[in-house]
Amino acid sequence: MTATETTARVIGTSVKRKEDASLLRGRGTFVDNLTLPGTVYMVVVRSPYPRARINGVNLDAARAAKGVIAAFSGVDLADEWVGGMPCAWPVTEDIKMPPHYPLASAEARYQGDGVAVVVAESRALAKDAAELVEVDYEPLPSIGDISKALADGAPLVHEDLGTNECYVWKLESSDDVQAAIDAADVVVTRRYVQPRLIPNAIEPRGVLAQAGPAGEVTLWTATQVPHILRFTMPLVLGIPESKVRVIAPDVGGGFGSKLDVYAEEYLAVALAKRLGRPVKWTEERAENFVATIHGRDTVHELTFAAMKDGKITAVKSEALCAMGAYLQLVTPGIPLLGAWIYSGPYEIPNYSVTFTGVFTHTTPTDAYRGAGRPEATYVLERTMDALASELGIDPVELRRKNFVREFPHTMASGLTIDSGDYHASLDRLLEMLDLDGIRAEQAARRASGEAKQIGVGFSTYNEMCGLAPSRILGAIRYAVGGWDAATIRFQPLGSVQAVVGTSPHGQGHATTFAQVVADRFGVGVDDVEVLHGDTAVSQQGMDTYGSRSLTVGGIALFHATEKVIAKARQIVAHQLEVSAEDLEFENGTFSVKGSPDRTMTIQAAAFAAHSAHNLPDGMEPGLEATAVFDPPNFSWPAGAHAAVVEVDTETGDTRLLRYVAVDDVGNPVNPQIIDGQVHGGVTQGIAAALFEEGAYDEEGNLLTTTMATYLVPSAAELPSFETDRTETTADNPLGVKGVGETGTIAAAPAVINAVVDALSHLGVTDLPLPATPERVWTAIEEVRS
Amino acid sequence: MRRVALTANGTRHELEIEPRELLVYVLRDRLGLTGTNVGCDTSSCGACTVLVNGESVKSCTLLGVQADGMEITTIEGLAQNGELHPVQQAFHDHHALQCGYCTPGMVLAAVSLIDSGGATDEDAIRLGLEGNLCRCTGYHNIVQAVASAAGVAS
Repeated sequence: MTATETTARVIGTSVKRKEDASLLRGRGTFVDNLTLPGTVYMVVVRSPYPRARINGVNLDAARAAKGVIAAFSGVDLADEWVGGMPCAWPVTEDIKMPPHYPLASAEARYQGDGVAVVVAESRALAKDAAELVEVDYEPLPSIGDISKALADGAPLVHEDLGTNECYVWKLESSDDVQAAIDAADVVVTRRYVQPRLIPNAIEPRGVLAQAGPAGEVTLWTATQVPHILRFTMPLVLGIPESKVRVIAPDVGGGFGSKLDVYAEEYLAVALAKRLGRPVKWTEERAENFVATIHGRDTVHELTFAAMKDGKITAVKSEALCAMGAYLQLVTPGIPLLGAWIYSGPYEIPNYSVTFTGVFTHTTPTDAYRGAGRPEATYVLERTMDALASELGIDPVELRRKNFVREFPHTMASGLTIDSGDYHASLDRLLEMLDLDGIRAEQAARRASGEAKQIGVGFSTYNEMCGLAPSRILGAIRYAVGGWDAATIRFQPLGSVQAVVGTSPHGQGHATTFAQVVADRFGVGVDDVEVLHGDTAVSQQGMDTYGSRSLTVGGIALFHATEKVIAKARQIVAHQLEVSAEDLEFENGTFSVKGSPDRTMTIQAAAFAAHSAHNLPDGMEPGLEATAVFDPPNFSWPAGAHAAVVEVDTETGDTRLLRYVAVDDVGNPVNPQIIDGQVHGGVTQGIAAALFEEGAYDEEGNLLTTTMATYLVPSAAELPSFETDRTETTADNPLGVKGVGETGTIAAAPAVINAVVDALSHLGVTDLPLPATPERVWTAIEEVRS
Repeated sequence: MRRVALTANGTRHELEIEPRELLVYVLRDRLGLTGTNVGCDTSSCGACTVLVNGESVKSCTLLGVQADGMEITTIEGLAQNGELHPVQQAFHDHHALQCGYCTPGMVLAAVSLIDSGGATDEDAIRLGLEGNLCRCTGYHNIVQAVASAAGVAS
């Protein structure tokens, strides 16, 4: 143990990740790497049609095929489900919530809707047999486009609902928003289509389910939410939570796509029970494109009202938001996650946001990195540039003029931002950027009429994350709480277990959380083992999404360290025969004030706690504490990003020359991990701007079905990033803010603003997402003709 | 079934495999070398990259029977005597992995790129790793790590 050797703070240092040792050696525990004796393999037969009546499913040939254990249709398994798959966020009282079962029985409602399962002795034999399943489909009229799905006569996704409108949700600062718009000097209204994004975690989903003879179930699954999944088991399968153990082993990325509860998880458990053998399912990439949730797919109309001096007086947003064919875990709530930040980092007194949720015959949408906030930030930051152009004010100055200046700040949307310094981030960005140099280069290229033009685009953003205060979640009709829990357990000989309710999939909790604990206790980072992602090991937690793990789970962990230190203090005071108040605790050692030679380490206290030979009367042996933290507020990261692009006006090809990001994510625990989160987040935002689109035709046929047509960017398409941080201390004991989503929220508008800036002298004012070479070229040709 | 003999991480294996079995499944399911991950069905992502006779190959593009007589190195065979290969070490030092799923393929692609003399500068590294997709890191730290291991400036 290293308590006495550790003098430096480890919070704020780039400790190398503990996770890497196994991952770098190919020893990851990803679900597809796990097999149990007797494992059988499940394959799901999926509808190739966006909509089809299922007139019958003939499984005879599949059942007779080599190696097949069983095959079932949706009808065959109907009795397994005590309820449909849950949607936890009925955002309005009158929301339409259609039933959603793991397999469709009567009608398939999107390409990829499961209609049958085959289980065989091997993956290959199960796939062979799945080919033999004969489904009598009767294709029906279908709709894939949200902007047409509410029209009279549009094909209905759920006939019995009588409409494709799922809900209408509204947030207004007052009844006078329209009056403020009418009174403004300038009103700018723009329409934006944000296409589907397909998350494409490089590890597809996977499930391994084992059912025991006493009704107990163990489920290994590539999920972000093992705890949430467990408490849906009684609802769907009638299995009490106490009999269910869910394990999220190493999980290969999620980005929201694994923040969900999926048909295959319930199917695998049901079949493991029926068949008495472990059941494994591994998603293929082609399945992932249709069977795992998508993100975005919104159409916004955004209005800014402003005075001539540039002061924005009102913002009004109306948006259609795709639900897909069914409501997954939090589908309807995704737009709401952005609903409070349609004023961004700006002080805008009048505020109106309306979302209309729309069903289409498409894969359900749900959380994808940023979830609601990239959508909001994109339309805001694009319109900011449009307003700047309209007013003839520099876009940087327009932003500055409207920044919130004092914190805490209560926005017109009603929530309060605890901390920030938006000017500081922008100042630092401009220092790094050399805007004058870029503008000079731009002017020179424009003057010489070069084919390759450059542009610079800005995005200043704020973000509400760290999900979330339970009372607020309740007030907006989310079904469960937003707290999290942690237990810290000193072992008798002084090593520490930190058991957390969050569930990482690349974020580095084992390292960051170990730093928090090591820092508090003055022990080595290697003395702290972080346990997570196993419902049998940790108490109920609320898992990992919405940049919440450090800002909620990390604070629970902090409070648990406080409790442990308080108990250790009592033990040390008893053993040294002083009062607890007379003890100082620093670098892992308690010492008596005024008698620095009288000391006892916290690890010695842990041993004393376990030997229990000499504890205060009535004290329980052991040194362990649990804390549950329900945050009083969201977390409010913010920052300023800029993109510099070069656009070939002859081909439409855009090259990103530079990307500069300055973020305020509060007090950094591990700067290197934070930078990594920013890099990855920014990349997904750049991808949305330039490369990625999950394209459906009007009937709901997915046109981008592989990584060859859905362009996840490679290293070759990207520059190295220039990043820095400014810091304001968040209102929590660690001073931390979320970081997982910042880059994705900020990046897409910065890039499109840059492309538009590069072409503005030609008359281009907007570009569709993603701004592919063809679209950029077309936009140039349109303004030239 | 076809009989093949291949060497994986220095160990010779004689196997009876189906002609349709992809090399990646031979490695994973027959030899238990699950460090080689499967990320796509279309040879797009590169997660399954291994070294075949020293060169990086997406092991989903090769049938197991085609690997007859070949020497395969998977991620499990890269560290020697418990010491990480310099590329693995550079990935650790530069935080070039997050979820770790693309990492085995990315590391082996980088090893091959460096060994073949292709990692001459940042642009060459970016182009050389074009066939390997990472969804977490934005490649920034991967490029740094590979440049460091290759001894070139980035």
